[in-house]
Amino acid sequence: MFRELYYTFVEFLRTFGALQLFFLRLLSHSPYIIVRRFGLVVHQVHNAGALSLVIIMVCGLFVGGVLGLQGYSNLSKFNAEDAVGAVAALGLIKELGPVITALLFSGRAGTALASEIGLMKATDQLSAMEMMAISPMQRVLVPRFLGGVISMPLLAAVFTVVGLFGAHLVGVTLLGVDAGAFWAQMQNAVEPGDVYEGIIKSTVFGVVASLLAVWEGYNAIPTAEGVGRATTRTVVITAISILILDFMITAISI
Amino acid sequence: MQQTRAVEFGTGLFVLLGLAALFFLTTQTTGNNAFSSGETYEVQAYFENVGSLKNRAPVSMSGVTIGRVTAVEFDPVSLEARVTFVIEQKYDQIPDDTDAAILTSGLLGSQYIGLQAGGSETYLEDGSEIDLPFTQSAIVLENLISKYLFSAGGEDDDE
Repeated sequence: MFRELYYTFVEFLRTFGALQLFFLRLLSHSPYIIVRRFGLVVHQVHNAGALSLVIIMVCGLFVGGVLGLQGYSNLSKFNAEDAVGAVAALGLIKELGPVITALLFSGRAGTALASEIGLMKATDQLSAMEMMAISPMQRVLVPRFLGGVISMPLLAAVFTVVGLFGAHLVGVTLLGVDAGAFWAQMQNAVEPGDVYEGIIKSTVFGVVASLLAVWEGYNAIPTAEGVGRATTRTVVITAISILILDFMITAISI
Repeated sequence: MQQTRAVEFGTGLFVLLGLAALFFLTTQTTGNNAFSSGETYEVQAYFENVGSLKNRAPVSMSGVTIGRVTAVEFDPVSLEARVTFVIEQKYDQIPDDTDAAILTSGLLGSQYIGLQAGGSETYLEDGSEIDLPFTQSAIVLENLISKYLFSAGGEDDDE
């Protein structure tokens, strides 16, 4: 039994190390792709970002709206309904914006990346590229990775702003909080550091979510079942990593 | 070709929207640019104890915010806290014997500087100082409690 545990541990370390090396390889190829083949990256920004916009905006609207509702119903116990803007803004900017966007991003774009790359591998397209002396790393993996990294902070920002308008819609338009107090309290409470914290978080989450999606797809077992499993693992591992990282970044920045 | 153009258009729109959202977040949700535009003049006030007064705390007069705290330091010469704050230039007729007190907004709110106008004919100007008889320190809860406890104890001793 200890032997098995030991092998599991060694295997985990090996996978973890391989992931780091894979990340370094992606990074080392990135400058070349950015300078020479930016069109590929633009295409992936479209796939990962522009096509995720609808789900991000709809979810943002409702998350902001629910913050407005909850904030209002709890704050009105202390006669502090005006603070609903501050509560919603701090929650959205620091936590919900980056985290929920990352989870949605992993579900909407990460799975697409993983299954696409996995299927390319299963149908020997990656091998075919290598036969033609085209590096799949450069042609397939790096643009997808970079596309995700660029899209994620932008998506998180859109999510947060739409969420704020959702909170405004519920708090001010439906429940009758004063619009001036709503924004003034928000501007008093939110400091530039909070916004930077949100941007840093969403950037880190973008790197992690894209890296894991590309990695899982590239290492999928090249069968129908393997691709399916890779897709599932992408979501599960990304969700766990993001929530742990979120805790760590928050702990550092407080 | 047509499809590439559509992709490029969608991507451009998305990036533009994202950048606009970032711009909105950095400028509209934070209150850091409230006093960056107008002309201001700088005043220094010395306090025995500033409590938890922070940078960018409001300076208010009759409840209206007329300025911001820009620095809270310890002055090693006078052994007091030196608070530097700016007041908007349009409020340039504040008497120079004005009182400055560190107050708390609400029961658990943040601290701010409240100015109480004096009767002098000369006005505060850039580089003016408000010194100790005209400043009132922050009320520290622990000091209040200990004062109360010790005075109660003293009465007991007397009896």
